[in-house]
Amino acid sequence: MREVYFYGTCLVDLFFPDAGMAGIQLLREAGVKVIFPDGQTCCGQPAFNCGYWEEARDVARAQVALFPRDLPVILPSGSCAGMMKNHYPELFHGQPDEAEVRAFSGRVYELTQFLVDVLQVQLKDLGEPVKVTWHSSCHAVRDLGLKGQPQALLGQLAQVELAPLAREHECCGFGGTFSVRQPEISGAMSCDKAADAEATGASVLLSTDGGCLLNVNGTLEAKRSPLRVQHIAEFLWERTHAR
Amino acid sequence: MHAEREILFRESAAAALLDPQLRANFRRAMDGLISKRQAQFPDPRDLQELRDLSTAIRSRSLLRLPELLEQLEASCTKNGIQVHWAETCEQANELILGLLQARGAKTLVKGKSMVSEEMHLNAFLEANGVEAIESDLGEYIIQLDGETPSHIIMPAIHKNKDQIARQFSQKIKDAKYTEDVDELTAMARKVLRQKFLEADAGLSGVNFAVAETGTLCLVENEGNGRMSTHVPPLHIAVMGLEKVVADLESVAPLYAILTRSATGQAVSTYFNLITGPRGADEKDGPREVHLVILDNGRSRIYADPELRATLRCIRCGACMNHCPVYTRVGGHAYEAVYPGPIGKILTPQMEGVGVRHDLVHGSSLCGACGEVCPVEIPIPEILVRLRREATHSDPGSQVAGKGTGRLASEDWTWRLWAAVLKRPALYRLATWFATRLGGALPAGVPLLREWTRTRTQPVPARRSLSERMRAEGGSHD
Amino acid sequence: MTDARTAILGRLRAGGGEGPLPPLDTAVMERRQWPPAERVARLRRGMEAVHTEFLDATPADWPAVVRAFCDREALPNLMFGPASEAGAALAAAWPAGGTQLLPYDRPVEAFKEELFTTVAAGFTGTVGGVAETGGLLLMPGPAEPRLLSLVPPIHLALLRASTLQDSLWHAVKALGWGRSLPPNALLISGPSKTADIEQTLAYGVHGPKRLIVVLVHDLA
Repeated sequence: MREVYFYGTCLVDLFFPDAGMAGIQLLREAGVKVIFPDGQTCCGQPAFNCGYWEEARDVARAQVALFPRDLPVILPSGSCAGMMKNHYPELFHGQPDEAEVRAFSGRVYELTQFLVDVLQVQLKDLGEPVKVTWHSSCHAVRDLGLKGQPQALLGQLAQVELAPLAREHECCGFGGTFSVRQPEISGAMSCDKAADAEATGASVLLSTDGGCLLNVNGTLEAKRSPLRVQHIAEFLWERTHAR
Repeated sequence: MHAEREILFRESAAAALLDPQLRANFRRAMDGLISKRQAQFPDPRDLQELRDLSTAIRSRSLLRLPELLEQLEASCTKNGIQVHWAETCEQANELILGLLQARGAKTLVKGKSMVSEEMHLNAFLEANGVEAIESDLGEYIIQLDGETPSHIIMPAIHKNKDQIARQFSQKIKDAKYTEDVDELTAMARKVLRQKFLEADAGLSGVNFAVAETGTLCLVENEGNGRMSTHVPPLHIAVMGLEKVVADLESVAPLYAILTRSATGQAVSTYFNLITGPRGADEKDGPREVHLVILDNGRSRIYADPELRATLRCIRCGACMNHCPVYTRVGGHAYEAVYPGPIGKILTPQMEGVGVRHDLVHGSSLCGACGEVCPVEIPIPEILVRLRREATHSDPGSQVAGKGTGRLASEDWTWRLWAAVLKRPALYRLATWFATRLGGALPAGVPLLREWTRTRTQPVPARRSLSERMRAEGGSHD
Repeated sequence: MTDARTAILGRLRAGGGEGPLPPLDTAVMERRQWPPAERVARLRRGMEAVHTEFLDATPADWPAVVRAFCDREALPNLMFGPASEAGAALAAAWPAGGTQLLPYDRPVEAFKEELFTTVAAGFTGTVGGVAETGGLLLMPGPAEPRLLSLVPPIHLALLRASTLQDSLWHAVKALGWGRSLPPNALLISGPSKTADIEQTLAYGVHGPKRLIVVLVHDLA
């Protein structure tokens, strides 16, 4: 039986555990044994992006140590996957454990990437007709290089209509510490994103990333919008299982 | 040109965000520029190959920079272009003033030059009795109002035609009020052609300087660049020292990607190659051509192998056109000569990361800038590097102001953050509290206070994923 | 400023540009090629898109085509370079009366004001054209001064279809510009234009308001 590791990420751990559970269930349903090592915290990206690389390294090192076996590491986040896959080698450049970290980075996948590219899952839609829209997280697309895997999965769902989001590739304004260091600009970006999302007429905005979801959700709630947000893993699980 | 005081991007950006007219002007303009650029690159493979080639050309130029600058100087000198070097803006200004004064020049018409903005040349010349007239229409518009460019390619992009109509009717002699763009353009034409005719000297920037042939390449649509460089008897060109390329063959790809990236044009109206002053039998053209090569901190940037990529820039402005922050706050909020993403990495390196630390944090690191950059400058990575430079003082680093730009609480916050997150037991404790009490935090606590300006308070789940997986048992390794 | 030069070059040398030069793969430039007839169509499409006007002509009748244009537009005068090949041919075929041919045969200082205020149009030859994007290649000089194609409100340019290059990249090689250049050479793709007011295109901001290409169909 195929085995994989699952890395929850701090935002999913704390704010979207249902999305994490759904991701694990989707993998299991595809016939994969999912190992969820205890002791996961954060990939270290916030400190890395702020220039505190020693601190980021300390935390990153603790994560890498949890995944010793040569198994794929699956993350329900494009941003954290991008950090672990592309920025860990940079962060550990010249460190004694660089080789070990690089090997780890080579095993990292974002969830939809793994579902589509490796497992080639086929989904069967059991839900009612629904119109959704897609927010492509900047890091998932530009940093990790996600190329349409989420859309491919949504495309398998017969009753799901994907409404195009204007300026789909524009940042939602989250940006980690940016959201609190530059709250005015971040807020302006978030409000625009929320307005573009509402204009699609969709009832749900989906994304791969907890940061974007937390941000857009908070903004939509503040303006009492009926539009809700959901992590794609949770949405896929719900659509493929009658409640 | 080191800034003395800390400049907070957050404050000027917040002020700009309150101007709905400004935001509408920028949004409309940037959306237009994004789609025009996209239309110029229908084939992603062609685009990537052209970017790779352009990046390689610029990287090669930088790797051979001192040698190419010497070759450029020799070629120019052979062609009759006199070459001058300036370490600082002050030196460059003095040099230009000296050239003008020696020839009794009182008026200078200017083609568009960002380096001259960097030098604050106009103000310096005015203070010394030389009238400097901006002739690029956008530059002319903002000069009338005593403003600075808000975009490196489209300097007056922050203004709409109503604003320009009002301004022209008030500031141009005998001008009537009109919002017709053709009529407004005709008014400027009339004023400026007289200036070209009468000017004692002309000044231009340089898009590319060709070492092998000693040629200065100028890209423009209006013809004011040609007017400034061909009509007056004296032409002074100013360039940052990074602008040199080896040969004219290298210029063709850069030119092809420059106009497409900048304004979504396959070609500009004029691509002007200047290789010397008026020849022996020529009937027009300047009697003298001078080239001023400016350093102003560039050689320090050059010394760092990672930051050197900053100098690949060909000043197309695509990074600002695609920047979600620039789109919302406009160019003036940066309080810098170069706004937008390129300005966010260039300004702190020129003025110091300490005084400009807030600028390097003025990015969500979305990566749109790096994605469109025609010479693949890794702007987000460089921003992160500069954030590190601002807060740390690496002995090997040459970055200006290193280690002097952090928030008061920053060091211990990250130390505490790491102390918790590298210890699963502490993290578990913290998340236990967060899940049980997170929703009860008062909205006034720092960070939450910023977050909830435009958002509801985030409420942690009642049980974390880790907790649920622990309860489930089975799947742990 | 010898000391500034020494200091700058010293710093750059100390800063060290070591490492191998990255290779240049120019395939993307090379493959922009079209058969001669298509080059003409491309150039025309590209230039017409930015308001360039075209007059079709043959190797024999182009001076008459220029004259007919001047008559149609009732141009009082047309300035040209008498020492250039195209200019000499134009003058030889120019009927008396009507639009007056003005030779640009003396230093501009002698008539700068007149050039700016009374010259209605300028006529120049070209050394080629650029098919990929549209554009004329000019090498102004003693026979055809620089300002002929810049200052008068109308610029008439003679272009022979046989001189079209695929792209600027190919033209630089074909014309030998990469090795040596006259004091001025340039590419012109249309009349002077600006979009500095609200991104709205306006033509004729500083240079010519109209660019008229006299296209000589001389392909075999």
